[in-house]
Amino acid sequence: MSGTITVSATASLQGAFTNITAAFEKANPNASITINFAASSTLASQIMSGAPIDVFASADEANMAKVSEANLIVGTATNFASNSLEIIVRKGNPSKITSLADLTKPGLIYITCGPEVPIGRYSAQVLKNANVTVKPASFEPDVKGIVAKVSAGEADAGIVYTTDVAATNGATVGIVIPASVNVIAKYPIATISTSKNQSLAQAWIDFVLSAEGRSILQSYGFGAL
Amino acid sequence: MNRTPSRTRTVALHRPPVAVLALAAIAIAFFALPFIGLLWRVPWSDAWSLLTTDASLTALRLSLETSIAATLISVMFGVPLAWVLARYGFPGRRIVRALCLLSLVLPPVVGGVALFAAYGRRGILGDALFEWFGLRLPFSTAGVVLAQTFIAMPFLVLTVEAALRGLDPQNENAARTLGASRWYAFRRVTLPAIRPALIAGAALAWARALGEFGATITFAGNLPGRTQTMPLSVYLALESNPGQALVLSVLMIGISFAVLLGLRDRWLGQPTSSDRV
Repeated sequence: MSGTITVSATASLQGAFTNITAAFEKANPNASITINFAASSTLASQIMSGAPIDVFASADEANMAKVSEANLIVGTATNFASNSLEIIVRKGNPSKITSLADLTKPGLIYITCGPEVPIGRYSAQVLKNANVTVKPASFEPDVKGIVAKVSAGEADAGIVYTTDVAATNGATVGIVIPASVNVIAKYPIATISTSKNQSLAQAWIDFVLSAEGRSILQSYGFGAL
Repeated sequence: MNRTPSRTRTVALHRPPVAVLALAAIAIAFFALPFIGLLWRVPWSDAWSLLTTDASLTALRLSLETSIAATLISVMFGVPLAWVLARYGFPGRRIVRALCLLSLVLPPVVGGVALFAAYGRRGILGDALFEWFGLRLPFSTAGVVLAQTFIAMPFLVLTVEAALRGLDPQNENAARTLGASRWYAFRRVTLPAIRPALIAGAALAWARALGEFGATITFAGNLPGRTQTMPLSVYLALESNPGQALVLSVLMIGISFAVLLGLRDRWLGQPTSSDRV
């Protein structure tokens, strides 16, 4: 395999895909993979505006569907990982949050993303499932914005992917959300039909789906499908 | 004016070389095309209804309020700062000037992170601000004004400092020897002389504050009605409602363009005859 491709991947995949790419490039020294990390919604609109992207990995099926409806993917998308949600708080849990209901504590700064970003929609769904109403202080542009502000101590809590908490290496703690109200996010991946190197794009996707790819994903906290 | 000896000489003097013209034309196209492209893509038939949605109007109002506040604060503190930088040769002046102008060249996101370090909840002054004034700047409208001021004030300082340097202090000194107080001399002699630069600097700072994005979203977050200014609203609408994003973009471009147009003569100094054509 040789050549260059650009992968647009949802921000929550940053750690896992960086690692998978290193392993892929080691196995294929003539291939070069560039990854563009942002919110799935941002990536979907970039692709639909004609950005030269070869592979799209979304954190939800809705944004993949938008790209698919624009006839921009090859075949059908494959789900390759799952992710559940946790309440993220700073190391030591200074606000003593133990449940979703604690997010309504007065003076507590809860931040989220807008409804167009998957994590924004998922957290709204979780809060609705738990019958909890929280007023967010901010709608961050992507999940990394929530993680950054909570780990910096400027916001008290947010709802993020399990993998995001793991990626902070102890700077934050995840409070488990009961399975009865939790949302399991499924991550689909697909080759973009305008790709000039579809064979490399497919090889990279195959690598993500391979045993090696899956074990890297699991090491970052992603669930199998 | 002397008569020119020959016709060819006249042509050579009045017409720039073709190569220069060609490069300049490419530069003009480079700047003009993106805006023409935007205008071309705006859904004009829905423009008014997109512009007058609650979301757009809320962002527009917040943007106007915060950017005007940031401009007033910039004038209040920026003019004294420019004065000190222009008039007093204290040790380390170059370092102080560089420090005060740093946010001009810094990526605004870095500016936002730095603002956290100073005025955030865990910043140097964060706790003091909260205990003394009950002020929490992150995620607040005041935080938006702070971020805009941080990014925009250098434009005013640079412009006013340059004007103060170009001024002959003799006039002010003369006023003072005639018995004028320091403040009176400043108000009646210096201020009128730097007024064009002050207006230009304030207008530039205002336009910059209006367009501020990175420091705002980093430090103040994004909440409609509280911290979601027009640039933030444009960025987020790009995904959910591209038509609205385009209409808001064109409005912002229109405002900025009007400011720059109105400012032309002041910014460039004395108008020349060719300027009037």
